[in-house]
Amino acid sequence: MTTRIDRRMAKLKVEGRPALVTYFMGGDPDYDTSLSIMKALPKAGADVIEMGMPFSDPMADGPAIQAAGLRALKGGQTLVKTLKLASDFRAGDDETPIVLMGYYNPIYIYGVDRFLVDAKASGIDGLIVVDLPPEMDEELCIPALKAGINFIRLATPTTDDKRLPKVLQNTSGFVYYVSMTGITGAALADTGKVASAVKRIKGHTDLPVCVGFGVKTAEQARVIGANADGVVVGTAIVNAVANVLGPKGEKTADPAEAVATLVSGLAQGVRSARLAAAE
Amino acid sequence: MNKPATPNSFRTGPDEQGMFGIFGGRFVAETLMPLILDLEKNWNEVKNDPDFRAELTDLSTHYAGRPSKLYFAEGLTKHLREVSSAKGLGGGAKVYFKREDLNHTGSHKINNCLGQILLAKRMGKKRIIAETGAGQHGVASATVAARFGFPCVVYMGATDVARQSPNVFRMKLLGAEVRPVTAGHGTLKDAMNEALRDWVTNVEDTYYLIGTAAGPHPYPELVRDFQSVIGTEARAQILEQEGRLPDTIIAAVGGGSNAIGLFHPFLDDKDVRIIGIEAGGRGLDGIEHCASMNAGSPGVLHGNRTYLLQNADGQIMDGHSISAGLDYPGVGPEHSWLRDSGRVEYVPVLDDEALEAFKLTTRVEGIIPALESAHAIAHAVKIVPAMDKDQIVIVNLSGRGDKDVHTVASMLGMEI
Repeated sequence: MTTRIDRRMAKLKVEGRPALVTYFMGGDPDYDTSLSIMKALPKAGADVIEMGMPFSDPMADGPAIQAAGLRALKGGQTLVKTLKLASDFRAGDDETPIVLMGYYNPIYIYGVDRFLVDAKASGIDGLIVVDLPPEMDEELCIPALKAGINFIRLATPTTDDKRLPKVLQNTSGFVYYVSMTGITGAALADTGKVASAVKRIKGHTDLPVCVGFGVKTAEQARVIGANADGVVVGTAIVNAVANVLGPKGEKTADPAEAVATLVSGLAQGVRSARLAAAE
Repeated sequence: MNKPATPNSFRTGPDEQGMFGIFGGRFVAETLMPLILDLEKNWNEVKNDPDFRAELTDLSTHYAGRPSKLYFAEGLTKHLREVSSAKGLGGGAKVYFKREDLNHTGSHKINNCLGQILLAKRMGKKRIIAETGAGQHGVASATVAARFGFPCVVYMGATDVARQSPNVFRMKLLGAEVRPVTAGHGTLKDAMNEALRDWVTNVEDTYYLIGTAAGPHPYPELVRDFQSVIGTEARAQILEQEGRLPDTIIAAVGGGSNAIGLFHPFLDDKDVRIIGIEAGGRGLDGIEHCASMNAGSPGVLHGNRTYLLQNADGQIMDGHSISAGLDYPGVGPEHSWLRDSGRVEYVPVLDDEALEAFKLTTRVEGIIPALESAHAIAHAVKIVPAMDKDQIVIVNLSGRGDKDVHTVASMLGMEI
C-alpha cells in the first residue's frame, strides 16, 4: 500500500529537498476559520498537513498548543468535526497528505474501528497518537495499518539504539524525531545533536525522518532541513493564530493570512536547505 | 460491558503488560517510556529484596510510627446503636477505625512516599516531583525529600492551593517548592498534567513520585504494594482483637491508594464485604461530583485506562468534591477492574453527608477526620445501624482533618 504521505515523500526526495510539515489545531478558533487556515497551508508551501485533534488534557504539549486546544473545544470542536474538516479540505485537494495528531482517549471513545473507517473516508493518511507507545500497538497502531492508514511514531532523545527497532517496527509514512525531551513549544535543541540523532535513526530505517519540536523560523527550518527529510513546525503556527485574536477571542486580522505569511517564509527555508548544505 | 470471569484470586494483577483486565497499561509519550521501563526493572529488583524491605520497615516503624492502631470506635458504635434502636432495629455493628491519621505527616500518604523515595535513591535520581490534591501527598513527598536530601517540586492546582493553605505552608517549611497550576479547574487532574510535563522535560535526573495507585504501569502496582501495609496490619490486628475477620471494610476512593491499601490483603477473603466510597459531591445527576465508577465510563488518561468522567467526545470533565483529595475525574485502574469483576462495591457519598460524618466523629470520638476519610465514615453511618451487634466494620481513617478546618468553617458559615 502507498499513501499520499509515501507519494509526497518520494516526490520530494526526487526534488532533493526536505518536506515542510505544518501543524495546526483543528477547530481553532472555530470550524470555518480553521478550514480556511488548512486550505492556506499547501498554497503557502506546506508539503504535509498535521491537524491537531483537541484534547482537554494534552500532557505533552506546552502552553501555546494547550491554549489552542482549549479555544477549539470552546468553539465546539469534536472529533466528528475534525474528520469533517479533513473531508471538506479533500473536496479541493486530493494530494496533500493529512496526518491527525493528538491523544488516544477521543479516538477510544469514538470507537477504534468506526474511527478508522471514518478517517479513511475523510481522506486521512496518517496518525500520530502521543500516548500510544509501541507497547500499546494492539490498541490502534495495528488496526490502523490494516486499514491502510500510516501510524507515525515519535522517536525521542531517550529512545536509545536498543529501543529504536521496537519503536520503528510498526512505524510507516515517516518517523517523527522529537528534537528534545520536553513539551511542545520549548527552545530548539542543539542542531548538531539533532543532525547526529537523525543519522542514528536513519541507520535503523529507510523511512523518511522528520524533525520537530522547537522549530519556529525559516532559518531554523533551513538548518534542521539540511540534515532531515522533513521539518515539522507547530507551535509557531498556532501562535500566529493566537496573535491575531483579541482578549475575547475576536479576530483582529485574518488568521489564515497570518499563517500563510509565516508558512511562506518557512517554505523558503526548507527549499534553501539542501542548497545551503551543499555549499 | 461483559463481566470478566471470576478469577481464582483477586490478588494476582497486574499482568506483564501492566493490565488489570482491560484497565491499566502504559499510555505515555515515547519520551517517558524508557523511564517507566527503568522504573519497572528497579521495582522488580527491590520488591522482594530483603535489604530494601528491612530499610523500609525500619523507617516505617521509627520514622512514620507504624504499625498504625486499629481502634475500636466505641463512641461512634454507641451512637449508631442508639440510632438503630430508635429505628426499632436493635442492632448496630462494632466500628473500628484503622488509624492512618496517626502516621507521621497525618495520613496514609507517608507509606507510599517512604517506599518510593528509597526507590528514587537506589535509582540515583537527584530531584523529586509530585502532584497533590489535598496537599497530603505533597506534604508527605516534601517530608521524605527533606529527610533524604532531595530538592522537591510539588504541583498543586490553584484552587487547591487556596483551600488547603495549611498544607501549602507545611510543604514550604519542609523546603519544597509549590507550583500552583491554573489550567482547567486548578485541581488534582491539572496538577498531574503539569507534573507529567515536568517529567517529560527533566528525564535525566527526576523521579516522579506519584501519590496514588494510578498512572502508567508500574505505578498502580508499586503504590498498592507500599500501601498494602494498611490492610496487612488491619487483618492481623482484627484477628488478634476480635478473633475473626471483619464483615465489612470501607475506604474512600479518590485515586484510591488508601482504599487499595486496605482492600488488597482482604480481596480473597470472600466473606468480607468490601466497599469503596466515591465523592458524590452535590449529587450524581449533574457534573458536580467525582464518582467516576458510578457515573463515568472507561477511557485513557494519565497513562492508564480506567473509569473517567468524560463527555461523549472523550474530553475529560472537571469534577467537584468538598474534599480536595477526592477531586479527581479518574480512579486507579485496579479499582476499575475490581468494580467490573464485582468483588468490590463502589458507592457515592455526598458533600453534605461527609460533612455530617466529619462533625459527628469529631464530637463522639474526639477525632477530627480528613474530609476524605469522612466520606468513608458517612457510609458506615448509613449501613451500621441495620447490621447486627456481633458484626464488625473497619473504616479506613486515612488522614486527620486539621487541614480541612478552613473548608469546614466556610461550609458552616463560620470564620476562623
